[in-house]
Amino acid sequence: MIRLTDVQKEYENGTHALRGVTMEVNDGEFVFLVGPSGSGKSTIIKLLTGEILPSVGRLMINGFNLNNISDRQIPLLRRSIGVIFQDFRLIENKTVYENLSFAMRAVGSSPREAKKRIPYVLKLVGLDGKANQFPDELSGGEQQRVAIARALVNNPYTIIADEPTGNLDPARSLEIMMLLERINQLGTTVLVVTHEKDLVNKFQKRVITLERGVVVSDGVGYNVR
Amino acid sequence: MRRHNFTYFFHEGVVNLFSHGFMSFAAIGITVACLLVMGTFSLVAYNVNEQLRQLESENEVLAFVDETLTEAEGRALQPAVEAVENVRSVRFITREEACETFEEKYEGKYALGDLDAGILRDRFAIKVNDISRMEETRNAVKKVAGIADARADENLAEGFVALRNVASVVCIALIAILLVVSIFIISNTIKLTTFDRRDEIAIMKMVGATNGFIRWPFVYEGFIIGLLSAGISFGLQWLLYATVARSIAVSDVLRIFSVVDFVTIWKPVALVFGGAGMLVGVGGSLTAIRKFLQV
Repeated sequence: MIRLTDVQKEYENGTHALRGVTMEVNDGEFVFLVGPSGSGKSTIIKLLTGEILPSVGRLMINGFNLNNISDRQIPLLRRSIGVIFQDFRLIENKTVYENLSFAMRAVGSSPREAKKRIPYVLKLVGLDGKANQFPDELSGGEQQRVAIARALVNNPYTIIADEPTGNLDPARSLEIMMLLERINQLGTTVLVVTHEKDLVNKFQKRVITLERGVVVSDGVGYNVR
Repeated sequence: MRRHNFTYFFHEGVVNLFSHGFMSFAAIGITVACLLVMGTFSLVAYNVNEQLRQLESENEVLAFVDETLTEAEGRALQPAVEAVENVRSVRFITREEACETFEEKYEGKYALGDLDAGILRDRFAIKVNDISRMEETRNAVKKVAGIADARADENLAEGFVALRNVASVVCIALIAILLVVSIFIISNTIKLTTFDRRDEIAIMKMVGATNGFIRWPFVYEGFIIGLLSAGISFGLQWLLYATVARSIAVSDVLRIFSVVDFVTIWKPVALVFGGAGMLVGVGGSLTAIRKFLQV
């Protein structure tokens, strides 16, 4: 579960990125977070992954209270979240399998556990047979699937996708969004940050709209003015 | 640390070393160059010190036996002279031997005619342990019954002590400066290799890796870089030293310098090279990644 209560964030340069955001995403939900540039979407992702702390307000995710989280707990928080980025952020000199096993080793899994889990996740994202290829041998859509597989491989409670289709053509974007929907159907909470109106409207899902650091709407459908 | 983690960290360290080949090569190259410069300077300083120590040890106190004593009575004084504090060794010289040495030194056979040994006295040539206490030792020897007089060139002795002290201070200061400069250069080179991998570190942090997990492969990598650099620089140092020592030995002018044989000092040199290499490798890696861990 994600819960923000009257969260404000002011950066050191004086920018008010969030001006009192209150929102809640329940376990197992699929939610789009939309809004124009500068509306505070990226700040919310940074807050949820423990990169920055809120200036004011309360913030909870997957049972972690981010207002007083210790440095030692931050890796544990991040293990409970799978993050997907627009630019994939894969390690270029590692194969698909190694990119995934790397993420599993980072949280203390053994090679045997990785060997068991990775083929299952690659099959889930439609990449079986690509395990030994390097990222630059794959298309953009396939690379994003690898990133999704990496986010999933440690069985997180929540997937946060930051503009996951920003670098993809409409057909691949739809495939990726359908894949995220499928993952949600398997029980994982999914929060997708995007500004692609047409894509959002293809899915009848809850949409939270941010504008200039506040929530301006919360309901089904894209409502940015 | 679990065994599979140790294997993984070591494997990652080795893989990273090769996958970032150019930067690793640069780090090794810089470390080898720094170790070689420091090693060469230290070995030169060590040889200068040894040379001075040798010259110092040749500086002696001459104690003259009372001329009323016979040669046998004079020789009998040796244990008493040896018992004086700071005396390292004592050699008895008869007046005849002293006369021959004098004539050889000043070509007296031609300039002085036949010199009568009777005008000289039997003597002890005394070598001391601590040259800075030469005057004190001379005075103590002078008090031994049967010793008429004792002489020593204290000014020369003091000159040697001062020269060695200055040389030591200059050497230590230069080695310290070189060490600081080397650590700075090596740390910056390793920082560049780490900067090259900041995205990798960011990904590790993002998936929930602990700082320890991220740090270990870098520690192994730094360790391997340090060890390889130490091995290469030690080999080059030996080669360089042997070549220079050989050139000195065959040179008519420079052969007056006695160079310490590398075979007698290779173990401590290897130890210092190994230690310094690993220290700068691991230390450089750790300081370099610290910045990127704060995400």
